[in-house]
Amino acid sequence: MIEVRNVVKSFDGVEILHHVTTTFQAGITNLIIGQSGSGKTVLMKSLVGLHRPEEGEILFDGRDLLAMNRHQIKELRKEIGMLFQGSALFDSETVLGNVMFPLVMFSKMSKAEMRDRAMFCIERVNLKGAEGKYPSELSGGMQKRVAIARAIALNPKYLFCDEPNSGLDPRTSILIDELLSDITHEYGITTVINTHDMNSVLGIGESIAFINRGSCDWTGNMHQIYTSGNKALEEFVFATDLFRTVQKYALQHPDEAGIER
Amino acid sequence: MLLTESLSTLGKFALFIKRTIAIPEKWGVFFKRYVAEIMKLGVDSIPVVIVISIFIGAVCAIQMQLNTTSPLMPRYTVGLATREVILLEFSSSIMCLILAGKVGSNIASEIGTMRVTEQIDALEIMGVNSANYLVMPKMLAMVSFIPVLVIFSMSTGLLGGYLISVITGVIQPSTYVYGIQAMFVEWYVWYGLIKSLFFAFLIASIASFYGYHVSGGALEVGKASTKAVVTSSIMILLADVILTKVLLQ
Ligand SMILES: Nc1ncnc2c1ncn2[C@@H]1O[C@H](COP(=O)(O)OP(=O)(O)O)[C@@H](O)[C@H]1O
Ligand SMILES: [Mg+2]
Repeated sequence: MIEVRNVVKSFDGVEILHHVTTTFQAGITNLIIGQSGSGKTVLMKSLVGLHRPEEGEILFDGRDLLAMNRHQIKELRKEIGMLFQGSALFDSETVLGNVMFPLVMFSKMSKAEMRDRAMFCIERVNLKGAEGKYPSELSGGMQKRVAIARAIALNPKYLFCDEPNSGLDPRTSILIDELLSDITHEYGITTVINTHDMNSVLGIGESIAFINRGSCDWTGNMHQIYTSGNKALEEFVFATDLFRTVQKYALQHPDEAGIER
Repeated sequence: MLLTESLSTLGKFALFIKRTIAIPEKWGVFFKRYVAEIMKLGVDSIPVVIVISIFIGAVCAIQMQLNTTSPLMPRYTVGLATREVILLEFSSSIMCLILAGKVGSNIASEIGTMRVTEQIDALEIMGVNSANYLVMPKMLAMVSFIPVLVIFSMSTGLLGGYLISVITGVIQPSTYVYGIQAMFVEWYVWYGLIKSLFFAFLIASIASFYGYHVSGGALEVGKASTKAVVTSSIMILLADVILTKVLLQ
């Protein structure tokens, strides 16, 4: 579980995150949703210590990231996996090299064990056969899957994903979402996903935090989102005719949509 | 304004170097990267060093011949002066200026691209000291391999002068060979080698610094690469003045 309390982050005197407070539970997919530019990436990078907030607490199962020294952060990071918006694979390494990288750097396994573990992760994301390829030879969806395999290589307790399906077609997006959801439940990972994709919101939104202009405006789940009563959230989620129709249908058939009364 | 900006850049640079110089996470990984950088930054530069040195050696010999026509000067002056130019300045300073263009832009754009594609963030997230992991092998590879390049440059530069005397006969080849051995000061070779160590450090560290601190996109990577070349060239020349004063006077 990750508890975020009153986190404030500014750049050059401009406050981007305004006292954000929210909680991410273990074993489920926690979404952070919001418009482009609302501060999702800044929040996520603050959560993993790539940005340093001026105020607040970020508790990883009780351990405050912001009170840690460099060495403690380094130790914590061995429990963290992260998926970047552009995959961030190492161009000069093959798929296998990329997935083995964290193992080579941080595990005490033998070479053969590392290879086995990496191959297991590659198979887990359905990329068997691609281990010898270079990132530039892969499609966007395949690159994302390699990044997932790399992120889970060291069995992380926490997994962060910044817009895992940006730039992917809807079908591939859903496959990635399902993969992330499966992995999360299988290994009991605390998974945090930034997204502005409504398919993800309604598909894997077991817990949702809505960030509006740098503030956490609403928290709930994919069933509660139909009846949030939050104007900004309504405008953001049900922005298109398609999703307005979905909402209308859900409200007419509350049992099917899982809406509690 | 300009002063405070330069001072803050200098401070940032010092912190960057402090973060870079650390015990590597895994020696095996470090050694592999070090060898790869020697190949990429050092060995791959040998051809360009040879070609440029031969030409400059040849041009020097011709220039010396043209400018030492006085009957008071012995003919072997051509060889002697060509040697001094090559040993004292060309093979260390000018060669490193050329390498600042070739190697410096390569380093800055490689690290800059890793920054804008979040590969450096990915390293940090895994708990790797990215500055140490990326920069230290490059810095050590440059510093340890530069003497090899300088020696290549010195010998092929002198060879260039010889070749031009054979081909065009501006002076007798035997007189040239006598000239390049006359009044030889061994310290000049050491002076060139010592200078080059500093220059190699400047090229690798400054280029890495600009690449590492890119923010934005591909355009900024290009700008960083240009800044890296300009700044390291100026710093090489500045260091040249200081080192010459210290080592030769
Ligand atoms: N390193 C930075 N320096 C200054 N401003 C930044 C930086 N990173 C993000 N911002 C600003 O913070 C705001 C939120 O950005 P971001 O978190 O990337 O939005 P998104 O929700 O699309 O991920 C934007 O206005 C952006 O300009
Ligand atoms: Mg973003």
